[in-house]
Amino acid sequence: MLAARDAMHPILRTVLQRLALGLLTLFIVSVVISSLVEMLPGNFAKRILGQAATPETVAAFEKEIGLDKPALERYFVWVGDVVTGEFGSSFTSRVGYQRKVADLITPRLKNTLFLASMTAVIAVPLALFLGILAALYRNSWFDRMVNSATLTTISMPEFFMAYVLMLFLAVIWQIFPSLASVDHDTPLWERIYRCTLPALTLTLVIVAHMMRMTRAAIINLLASPYIEMARLKGMSKSRVIMRHALPNAWAPIVNVIAFNLAYLIVGVVVVEVVFTYPGIGQLMVDAVRTKDMPVVQACALIFAATYILLNLTADIISIATNPRLLHPR
Amino acid sequence: MANDNTKRPGREKGEILLEMRDLKIEGESDDIWHPIIKGINLTLRRGEVLGLIGESGAGKSTLGIAAMGFARPGCRFTGGSIVFDGIDMLKTSEEEKRKLRGSRISYVAQSAAAAFNPAHRLIDQTIETETQHGIRDSKSAVADAVDLYGRLRLPDPTTIGERYPHQVSGGQLQRVMTAMAITCRPDLIIFDEPTTALDVTTQVEVLASIRSIVEEFNTAAIYITHDLAVVAQMADRIMVLRHGKLVEESPTREMLSAPKEEYTKSLWAVRGLAKPEAHSDDTILSIEHVDAAYGNADKILDDVSVRIPRGRTVAVVGESGSGKSTLARVVTGLLPPSKGRVLFNGEPLPPALGQRDKEMLRRIQMIYQSPDTALNPRHRIYDVIGRPLNFYHGLTGPKLEQRIVDLLKMIELDESFIDRLPSEISGGQKQRVCIARALAAEPELIICDEVTSALDQIVQEEILKLLLRLQAEFDISYMFITHDIATVRAIADEIVVMNQGKVVEQGTKTEVLSPPYPAYTELLLSSVPEMDPDWLNNLLQKRQVKSE
Repeated sequence: MLAARDAMHPILRTVLQRLALGLLTLFIVSVVISSLVEMLPGNFAKRILGQAATPETVAAFEKEIGLDKPALERYFVWVGDVVTGEFGSSFTSRVGYQRKVADLITPRLKNTLFLASMTAVIAVPLALFLGILAALYRNSWFDRMVNSATLTTISMPEFFMAYVLMLFLAVIWQIFPSLASVDHDTPLWERIYRCTLPALTLTLVIVAHMMRMTRAAIINLLASPYIEMARLKGMSKSRVIMRHALPNAWAPIVNVIAFNLAYLIVGVVVVEVVFTYPGIGQLMVDAVRTKDMPVVQACALIFAATYILLNLTADIISIATNPRLLHPR
Repeated sequence: MANDNTKRPGREKGEILLEMRDLKIEGESDDIWHPIIKGINLTLRRGEVLGLIGESGAGKSTLGIAAMGFARPGCRFTGGSIVFDGIDMLKTSEEEKRKLRGSRISYVAQSAAAAFNPAHRLIDQTIETETQHGIRDSKSAVADAVDLYGRLRLPDPTTIGERYPHQVSGGQLQRVMTAMAITCRPDLIIFDEPTTALDVTTQVEVLASIRSIVEEFNTAAIYITHDLAVVAQMADRIMVLRHGKLVEESPTREMLSAPKEEYTKSLWAVRGLAKPEAHSDDTILSIEHVDAAYGNADKILDDVSVRIPRGRTVAVVGESGSGKSTLARVVTGLLPPSKGRVLFNGEPLPPALGQRDKEMLRRIQMIYQSPDTALNPRHRIYDVIGRPLNFYHGLTGPKLEQRIVDLLKMIELDESFIDRLPSEISGGQKQRVCIARALAAEPELIICDEVTSALDQIVQEEILKLLLRLQAEFDISYMFITHDIATVRAIADEIVVMNQGKVVEQGTKTEVLSPPYPAYTELLLSSVPEMDPDWLNNLLQKRQVKSE
């Protein structure tokens, strides 16, 4: 209400506020990540050089990758690298063979985003559709079936779901390939075809949350006086749900969708490993194993940014679907 | 209307439109089915307005929407018949009933603010019934809606429909809903307490609008309310319901002049309660030139000064938004004033709650409007009343228990209540417990914020009598916030009239309630419905004459 007193539209104002808050969060996350990496025990140079680690080579290597400088200075150098979009150099760089972190990450991130979008395009409409139908025919056999089916799929570990799908759709009936190996030359349709199994696995994992929230949010509204009014106006069941309940149910639904989409980007490493899909999750795990800290840091920051951005979007959509804020008095 | 102010204009009564025979409805709570409507017969003719009156829980609302063949979730029809214009509403298919709803029988709900969908524009909701039932195309429906908005004297009839429900006032929303109900020119409209949530001054306009539209289209109507004076203005015939049964039924004038049943008479009696006023020069609380606001928003209180004499009752009267509850928050310290001060026994009170010591807190207590939300549902009565006894007076063990029993006696409840939970006692008993909780602190001033407005009329009377008795016994002062003039007559010594954050008038009850009035006081007092069935006609005529 306070915002309404200013000339700026309250929605724009809130969006800017949230955006500023998101940037602040990202800054705090960057500090936390750097501090954690700093606190890790052991000497990176020794680890990476392995048997070749003589005091001279270690000192030379530390100088080369900048580890000889104080922590604070390294943090600011890193922030500078992040801002330019390069994320610095990987520890696997050698003289004459620079490996920018950005070059390592970009193709992997693209792959992850591709799989995430493909899953989202299947899962979100499916979840909404099932959720609305379950609310419309609640307590019917359909409702119960959808509920128990989605509960079953969410209760099973994702690698298990992946192997079950693989067994049926790749081994017994050889419809889809069991490995989702793609590179930047793979044509789009081929890419979609190879990603089908991982996308299906992820769909089964995330659809339950979204569908149940859609159903719950709608049913929650069915007790409101304006729903009773719509019924007493003789509106059909589907119109009551689609026109009178759904527009008021977006806020909780969108929040769950955002949460699950974030999971599709930051939490799919298991599925990537099972299908040997070259995504960013695998890259991060590999980087942790080889102590390639610039890559780990960059991945962590990208994951944090994903969460912040998706939650921000969800917040904005919740606000924008609230007519009190969209149309102030 | 104006040419005939002694008798309601004659309305054509046609053949029977709605007939209920021995109707029985049950409701479920905790997996057990209880009867709600226990065999009711109801006959309504075309063009007739039937008033349904009774306390909350009497089943009036359930009976009203049963006319549409609709039972709320958790309710079911268990016997009898409902025949609407030859259609058996209990036997016909759901699809047939759906087609009737909205088009031939429509419904006007109690709270327009809750009954409009917040996500859609008013015009879309108004014409939805017609367009969805395929009665009219949306263009002519909009034209008709605009025409109806105009007849219902809504401001800017051509553009008001573009607004969202939260963008118009409660009284306007209620009129838009009436327009929505009439769009299909139904044979029957169910009005379910359409003015209960409104202020009296707004209520008058809505009542006048509803009546004119019902008369204009010669629509039959069932008018549900708990307010006798309101139903007297609206109905041709009145049915009194209690516990799902018919108590009495007769034409309005007959019912008002000669009620037969004891219960009906008791509904009338409440309005007769009046306390002789008393004065005192000993001031307990004095509010001096107080301004207050929430955050940086506009001032809610503007230079308010009020004096409360010791052992007396000062009624603070005003409509919603007048600032009366904010005044209570300033006195209790919940909202520190931005200007001015509050003196208690001649000493300035620290403005904020946190700055007041235990002794200051003890001396001012509060009782709230809704006893349902003011009691922690998990606390037994022992904890509710025991907490202030322990907190302020340090009582424990048998002494504490003895004091709780004494307090229960004071509020006319026996000691068996001590172990009960709020969910196990009635609304009136809950409000008594709230009174006991306030008394436990042994306060000098009790702020009563609309303490009777959530209660039924008979229970209201009991609570008011209890408050008066306690005042006489313990010399307690009351700051009594209310919007109900009947309550004011019953309890006040002095009256403060508030409007838009300012004090309009302040004086003894006789001074304020007798002419000459300031303009606002007159508007407020004249808007309080009276039992006379011609009251609304006379009032509208008087106001029309004045404005000419």
